Amino acid sequence: MSEQKPAWMEMGLSSEEYAKICEILGREPNYLETGLFAVLWSEHCSYKNSRPVLKNFPTEGKYVIQGPGENAGVVDIGDGQAVVFKVESHNHPSAVEPYEGAATGVGGVVRDIFTMGARPIAALNSLRFGSLDDPRVRYLFSGVVEGIGGYGNRLGSPVVGGDIFFHPSYQGNPLVNAMCVGLVDHKQIVRGQTGRPGNLVVAAGAKTGRDGIHGCTFASEELSEETKAPDVQRGDPFLEGLLMGACLELMEKGCVVGIQDMGAAGLTSSSAEMAGRAGTGIEIDVSLVPQRDEGMTPYDVMLSESQERMLLVIEPQHKQTVMDVFAKWGVEAAVVGRVTDDGIYRVFDGETVVAEIPVEALTNAPVRYPEQKEPDYYQRLRAWKPEDLSVPEDLNSVLLKLLSSPNIASKEWVYSQYDHQVMLNTVVGPGADAAVLRIKGTKKGIALTTDGNPRYCYLDPRRGGAIAVAEAARNLSCVGAEPLALTDGLNFGSPEKPEIFWQIKQVVEGMSEACRSLEIPVVSGNVSLYNETKGDAIYPSPVVGMVGLLPDVKKHATSDFKDSGDVVVLLGKFNPQLGASEYLAVIHGLEQGEVPEIDLVEEKKVQLCCRELIREGKIKSAHDCAEGGLAVAVAECCVSGQRGATLKLPFAGREDALLFGEVQSCILVTCTPRELDSVLQTAEKAGIAAAVLGETGGRQLIIRDQSERVLINQYIEEMEKVWRGSIASYF
Amino acid sequence: MKFGVVFFPGANAADCFYVIDQVIGHPVSSIQPEERELVGFDCVILPGGFSYGDYLRAGALAGAAPVVEQIADFAEQGGLVLGIGNGFQILLNAGLLPGAMRKNENLRFCCRDVFLRVENSRTPFTNRYHQGEVIKYPIAHGEGNYYVDADGLAQLEQNGQVVFRYCNEDGELIPAANPDGSVGNIAGICNVKGNVLGLMPHPERCSEEILGNAYGLRLFLSVLDWWGIHTQEGVMTDE
Repeated sequence: MSEQKPAWMEMGLSSEEYAKICEILGREPNYLETGLFAVLWSEHCSYKNSRPVLKNFPTEGKYVIQGPGENAGVVDIGDGQAVVFKVESHNHPSAVEPYEGAATGVGGVVRDIFTMGARPIAALNSLRFGSLDDPRVRYLFSGVVEGIGGYGNRLGSPVVGGDIFFHPSYQGNPLVNAMCVGLVDHKQIVRGQTGRPGNLVVAAGAKTGRDGIHGCTFASEELSEETKAPDVQRGDPFLEGLLMGACLELMEKGCVVGIQDMGAAGLTSSSAEMAGRAGTGIEIDVSLVPQRDEGMTPYDVMLSESQERMLLVIEPQHKQTVMDVFAKWGVEAAVVGRVTDDGIYRVFDGETVVAEIPVEALTNAPVRYPEQKEPDYYQRLRAWKPEDLSVPEDLNSVLLKLLSSPNIASKEWVYSQYDHQVMLNTVVGPGADAAVLRIKGTKKGIALTTDGNPRYCYLDPRRGGAIAVAEAARNLSCVGAEPLALTDGLNFGSPEKPEIFWQIKQVVEGMSEACRSLEIPVVSGNVSLYNETKGDAIYPSPVVGMVGLLPDVKKHATSDFKDSGDVVVLLGKFNPQLGASEYLAVIHGLEQGEVPEIDLVEEKKVQLCCRELIREGKIKSAHDCAEGGLAVAVAECCVSGQRGATLKLPFAGREDALLFGEVQSCILVTCTPRELDSVLQTAEKAGIAAAVLGETGGRQLIIRDQSERVLINQYIEEMEKVWRGSIASYF
Repeated sequence: MKFGVVFFPGANAADCFYVIDQVIGHPVSSIQPEERELVGFDCVILPGGFSYGDYLRAGALAGAAPVVEQIADFAEQGGLVLGIGNGFQILLNAGLLPGAMRKNENLRFCCRDVFLRVENSRTPFTNRYHQGEVIKYPIAHGEGNYYVDADGLAQLEQNGQVVFRYCNEDGELIPAANPDGSVGNIAGICNVKGNVLGLMPHPERCSEEILGNAYGLRLFLSVLDWWGIHTQEGVMTDE
């Protein structure tokens, strides 16, 4: 007979951790207790590997009402209103069961938002997938997109933006990070805690089934051949809508002391975390929990990750009101426990105590300090210089090839499957630098974006991390919004590998640096580690979800060229680099070189200047100069505005670098000839460079170099065909 | 003149309510699906969304709700009934309009702007448009592929019941302008009397310039006009 691993090892605990548990309890834990520790001490719930690193993030600022540690971050937007937002990953579930994995990811992050008392008003999605040439990737990708739409559309909450990056490192382990944004009045904000002893614990929503048991331990392991689909839960957006309606009504009535989604680790984490925050004890009787399946053990009930369930803490005198409101909405609810004063987490099965653990021990997993080591590739790849690279003769076809690269091409095939207009707030929808939503009943608007370039983060994690923050902020500035705060989705390989842990540390340090410089705090986030297949890790993939404010939503900008005869101006210092560029990867098959430099002081000035120009109505369009370089940025403005441009680049350098080299802190804007002087003066006053490139008009994009040589001459129709049709052509 | 909007669970009733209440500034009340009496309403709107989750055929469950029977009587007596998106699907399921919906031809949900040609500007809902006018509305549906057999189509056309068709910017009814595979590029139809209109595109989503365009506002203003309440284009909006 083969030797069987002990239960604690099967559940993912280390021998040190198990020893620690025995020491805390003064005995060996039983099977259920071991399970409770295993889920709450998993990376997904405890951040045991990442916590010391995350301490780097600045989390305070003048707009912050609630920083990390709650179900979502909360930021002031004036008039007694606040936005609540958070990004959440559902990577592993989406890798095995794309539709339900993505759908339940949306459902989960939506619950994190209404848990705070906020009404969800928008969602965004950051997706990372392998090459679309692979049929399995196409299956995963289309399933994920359908799942996001299937859930979000039914819920009646618009998907207004996001970002997508394709790279072979995600072939077996795609990333699906969903961000949700809600709106709340300051006085309605509710937190996830238990309040006073004697309060009642109520489970509401779907019945508890056997689905998703150990989902968060699953999320904290590498994917293998044995990973089976049944581990993934199914979502019911209709029930979610009812559950949300009932919970929000109860919160408005002041009947809710604390509330939390039964998400990862279900009943266990929600109850333990709420008790942990309030410093109380808590008792749960599993026999009182409404159950969907026959013969469920206490272990099954405690660890189930059935969807659409919320745990509420209420004062005893509100019990009848709470039950009545749930009944009105047709949502099942039951009192399943109570808050105690002894600091103990106690599980009953009827009369019998089946688990007894100090709350503090459950919610404070021992921190790990993994080793870190600079990977071998780092110095080697960044040492590359473009000198030996020949400039392609046909730069027109290079432009078309870049426009058809799925990383640059229009993502319309994806976002047309999402309802992005429901709720009547979408002023600027998906496909823009950032989405813009109006706030009904006010003049204000908010802007939303997600960003992150994994190639930059692989080649230079520190700089890549800083750029992710800077670029998200720049996207907001391009629509005229002032960045308020961000939520981070940190997706990496196994932290137990020193090279991966080095990437994590570097990325977070880079992000933190940019956050401090640009004064944008981190208010919520999610960590997803162990994103590996057969030992190969994904590229380091931080996702930055950022929210900005527009004092007057009518004063926003979009990227499309508006009229013929407008002047095209480039704001910011133009020093394009070929290293780490999409051009180098797509045209030359190389992923190396130095990541574009970023000067955060310059960055801040450029963004401030752009926002000022938009608010004063001096410019008619603004677009970030990002992947694909200047030529791609101009082409995008031409296509979306159905208008050509004739430019002459007043810069020296090799042609491919001028056109396709990538650069930070540069924004492409247009204005009328009459406003030009004023625009240039504003830039000068802001202390930033501004170069006049040419004017809009005609049906072609024509770009000349300093010596009047034509580098690009391309019809809009040609560019549009490849840019718009590329992703659709795979399906 | 009073509007009512049916609040099916899972439907986006609040959007239609908002446009009547806040954009046009006209009296409107919510109607619950269990309602067994419709009193005091002149125009009832069945809004878009996913009533009861629509896990079955779209609009199937809502089509059997008590209020739908009331709406049938209301329409019989000449009351105005407007079904948008899911509301159109419900009207088909309840037999208030002829034909049926299938899944979009490419089996994917589709949310984007489309061009429509106004085929009948004499209805209570379209008198603010010109006959043959090309307008822009957004669509957002996965089951909007309208089907009716050849005889049914001939009847619709003969009676002037085809109200909107998908077209290109120049008003041509080409297949490429048809987003979902609907028979005859049909986007919206009315009953023989013209007091019941169902359409897949969403006028409530394009009733304010800040959201892209205000072509849809004229549909709601048409209803007011029909009732002799004259409004000037745009006067009631804050644009």
